Formats: sequence, structure tokens, C-alpha cells
Amino acid sequence: MLSSEEISIILLSLKVALLSVIISVPFGLAAAHVLARRDFPGKSLFDALVHLPLVLPPVVVGYWLLLLFGKRGPLGAFLEEWFGIAVAFRWSGAAIASAIMSFPLMVRAMRLSMEAIDPKLEAAAQTLGAGRLGVLLTITLPLAMPGILTGMLLAFARSLGEFGATITFVSNIPGETQTLPLAIYALWQVPGGEAAAQRLCVLSLVLSLAALLFSEALVRRANRRIKGYDAVR
Amino acid sequence: MLSVEISHDQGGFSLDAHFDCGTGVTALFGRSGAGKTSVINAIAGLIRPRKGRIVFDGETLFDAEQGIHVRAGLRRFGYVFQEARLFPHFTVRQNLVYSHWFDRTLYSASDFTHVVELLGIGALLQRRPAQLSGGEKQRVAIGRALLAKPRLLLLDEPLASLDAERKHEILRYLRLLRDETRIPMIYVSHAVEEVLELADQVVLLALGRVVASGSVEAVMGRPDLRTAAGMFEGGAVIETQVADVDPEDSLAILGFDGGTLTVGNFGAKIGERVRVRIRAREVSIALAPPQHISIQNILRGKIVTVDASRGGSVNVAIAVGAAMLRARITQRSVRQLGLVPGLEVYALIKAISLDPHGEHG
Repeated sequence: MLSSEEISIILLSLKVALLSVIISVPFGLAAAHVLARRDFPGKSLFDALVHLPLVLPPVVVGYWLLLLFGKRGPLGAFLEEWFGIAVAFRWSGAAIASAIMSFPLMVRAMRLSMEAIDPKLEAAAQTLGAGRLGVLLTITLPLAMPGILTGMLLAFARSLGEFGATITFVSNIPGETQTLPLAIYALWQVPGGEAAAQRLCVLSLVLSLAALLFSEALVRRANRRIKGYDAVR
Repeated sequence: MLSVEISHDQGGFSLDAHFDCGTGVTALFGRSGAGKTSVINAIAGLIRPRKGRIVFDGETLFDAEQGIHVRAGLRRFGYVFQEARLFPHFTVRQNLVYSHWFDRTLYSASDFTHVVELLGIGALLQRRPAQLSGGEKQRVAIGRALLAKPRLLLLDEPLASLDAERKHEILRYLRLLRDETRIPMIYVSHAVEEVLELADQVVLLALGRVVASGSVEAVMGRPDLRTAAGMFEGGAVIETQVADVDPEDSLAILGFDGGTLTVGNFGAKIGERVRVRIRAREVSIALAPPQHISIQNILRGKIVTVDASRGGSVNVAIAVGAAMLRARITQRSVRQLGLVPGLEVYALIKAISLDPHGEHG
């Protein structure tokens, strides 16, 4: 049914998307928490920075990543020298590009769910002996779980479709950085590749849809767990 | 034991509260918007006042000048909120033992059993807060605060969001708590009945200032505090004891050192202590013992003060034994009867509110 090439493209895409979510979750949670619960000068600027990948041309993000993580870039040289890790033109680089591009989506969902938590519950937890970390771990994060899961799944689905920043940063190398959208693009360039490209398009649709449906089911489950009933939206 | 002296700015007015309270139940009383919740939140450590000090049992919890602010979790004060604030993602049992996550030494199986029994929540332990009624939630919230072994229990209008029936249910548990645990409590309320029912002392707050503080009898009896207290009407509060019960006429006789009062039977037990409130406008004054009259309660006393207040009415304080009765009558009556301090009079009481169990409507 699926050719071995198609399977390896899908596996690579899933691998990249998964790593990108793993990279961005800690930063996403921190950014969401800061935006939802803190007030500080320059908050709107911080908020704008978080949302920047949403409005910036992806090619700009990719280009900057290349400057930063390339062999002679400050971060690239550092990683190479100290850890022997190269990310430019590697699948891990594709994951970094996806992580940045999907970051605003992830933060938005997480932030909304954290803002929806009644701060009075957190105050109640404080009076019962919980410190800041205790409140975060026992109240804020568990209650925000549906939004956290949504954010992760949205970021995952967005990563599956990442194109512009990825192709600029890590190029289109079959077996290394050629994820689904990049493979579709490559096939499109080849005469007679339309049918194969069309198959990948359908695969892409199925994958994205599956991710969204899965997220929906997960969120419903999480809501039942934390509230004892389905949340009204 | 607890000494509070704080200033804080909050929307509309500045809070400037200074009071001390001892063991037993201290009511923080006043109409809504008086700043009661801010005061209790400052005591709990949930807000940081702009100025002042808060000292508990010699330990400074807050001192603006020295920059001391002990965080809420380290104050060991239990807090029962108006809306129970149970954690929705935990079961009742997990809610109850929440504080033990942060301090293992607080846990004691016998304490847990005792609190669960005291509050009658044994059947609810496996449920989620969403499956509880309002009264049940509040009982669990009280249990959760108790199991943190608080040095002081703060209650912020814990009955306000409940219907009348649930109110009495929770009031009963609070009374039980007061008599059994001996944990000092600060009880925020704007309901006179709750204050009379539970409190030993009252701190009366109006527009962010402490207007009066002292024993319940002293503060709640003062007619001049009527506006400050909002819904509270001037009158007297008298501690009595049930002397006799007449089941035939369904009456109870309450004795105090100035005489007896006859009230409708409320299921009283002889010897039970009952606090009654007699509103100033329910008291009339006669110079001679009236006869052929339906009023049951006629007390003999001596006029202490006669104060004209605004609007042509006069507040008359009448000493009846050790109790002080208040009457609000017209200026004309004062003139016609020649009421002056020292005069022996008869106080005719038209109605009495009692708070035997809080089981009235």
C-alpha cells in the first residue's frame, strides 16, 4: 500500500515533529505561565516576541537560524565544539525550525488554559502550605492539562506541515531533512511526479486530521479527569 | 495573641485597621465593602499591606519597616473561604490531606479520622468536589483547613453562599469546632445572627477603619454603631440560661440576673445558654407596671442615659440587673413621661430574637 520511501518520509516527519514538541514544551510552559500569571514591565514586548514566528516570513526565521546555528554561527560553533552536535542540514535542525515556528500556537493554548484557572484556588493552596513550585505542580499544571495537551498536539500538527523555515535552514535532503511537505515540493518539481505528490498530500491530510482528532479525545479525557465532567466550551 | 496594625490602599478607600484579638472566636464584622476580606487576607499572608505589623503569639509575620513578610504557607493559619475553593481535580480525600504533601509531619491517621467524623464527611471521601452540595463542600473545606493543624482559623463569610438550611448545618459544625478544638478563630461576617451565635469578641469595621472592638455584648449593644454595622440595628444582647420549659403553652423561660424572659419554645433544654437580642425599637417604657396587657415580657430597671438622636427619636438605656436594655422612643414620650437618668421604669418588650442553635429562619 505505502512504499518504503513513503513510510520513511512519514517516520522522519513524525520524528521531527516529536522532537520539536519535546524541545519547545519546557519553554512553552514557562512562557505561558509568565504571560498568564505575571505582570512586569515589557510584558507586551515579550508577548509580541512569542508571537513573532506567526507573522514573520518563515524564510526569515530559517535564514536567521542558519546564521545562528551554521558551522560558523555563534550557537552552531558552540554546539559543535562542546557537544559535537551539528544541527544545520540535519533532522534535529528541522526539529528546531519546527519548534520555533509552532511556538506561538503552543503558548497560546497553554496560556489560555492557565488564565482560565481561578487564582483563588492557587491562593487556597498557598494557605495550605504550598510554595510557588508546589502550587505550580499540584494546582496550575494539572488544571491546565487540557490546554497543555492541546498546545502540544497543535504544535505537533503544525510541525508536520512546517516548510519555509525548514527548507531554508536545513535544506531538502532525502532521508535526513525531507519531511512530508518538503517531499511533496520535491516531487512537484520533477516531471511526472504529480501522482506521487498527490498521494503524499492525501497522507498529509490524514496525518494532520488524526493528530487533531487524537488531541480532541485526549482533551476530553483530561477534562473529565480534572473536573469530573465534560467541560462546557 | 494576634495583633494587627495595617494600612493598605485598595480601590476607593484606604484600609487602616488596628486591633488585637485573643483566644476564642473574634468576629470581624461590618457591611460589605468595609475591608473585612482585605484584613483577613493580610492576616493570612495573601496580600502584603503597604504599612504596619502583624504579630501572632510573639512571632512577627509582617513588618513593613523591617521588610518581613512570612509567606502564607508558612504561617500555619487555616483559611476557609466563602466559596469552598476545593481543588476540582482531587477527590475529597486528596483535598483533605493536601497540606500533608508539603509537610509530612502534619499527617496523623487519628486526626484524619477525627476530623472526618466531626464533620460527617466519611461517605464523601472518594467523590470529586463537582459531586458535592454547597454545604458538603464547605464542610470539606473546613476539614481541609483543620487537617493543616492551624494555629489560627480564618473564616471569610463561610456561610454567605449557602441557602438558609445549609447555613444552619455549617453553623452547627462551626459551633462544634469552637467548643471542641479550642483553635482561635477569626470569623468575617456581615450577618448579626452569625456573630451572636459564634463570637466571643467583635471587631467592628466600617470603611476600612475599626469603629469598635470588645466583647459581643458590649459592641453589639451600642446604639451608636447602627450605621457602621449596616444591617445591624441598635439593641441589647443579653446572655441568658433556660430556666424552665412550658410544653403546654409551648413557651420557654429564660433567666438572667435582671429577671426572666418568656419566649416561644424553640426546643430548649433546661440549663442551656442562650443569647438573645432585643432591638431598641421593640422596647417601650412605662412608669408603672402595666396591667391587662398582652405583652409577656416586662422588666423593671433604672434609666441610665437618655440620648436624643437624629430624627426626633431618643435612645434610652435602662439597666436591668447587670444587663443593659436599649429603647428607642419618641422625644414626645420622653417629655410626657419625664424620663431622666436614675428613674425607675418598666421596659415592655414586644419581640425578642434568639439564637439558641441558630435554628430559626
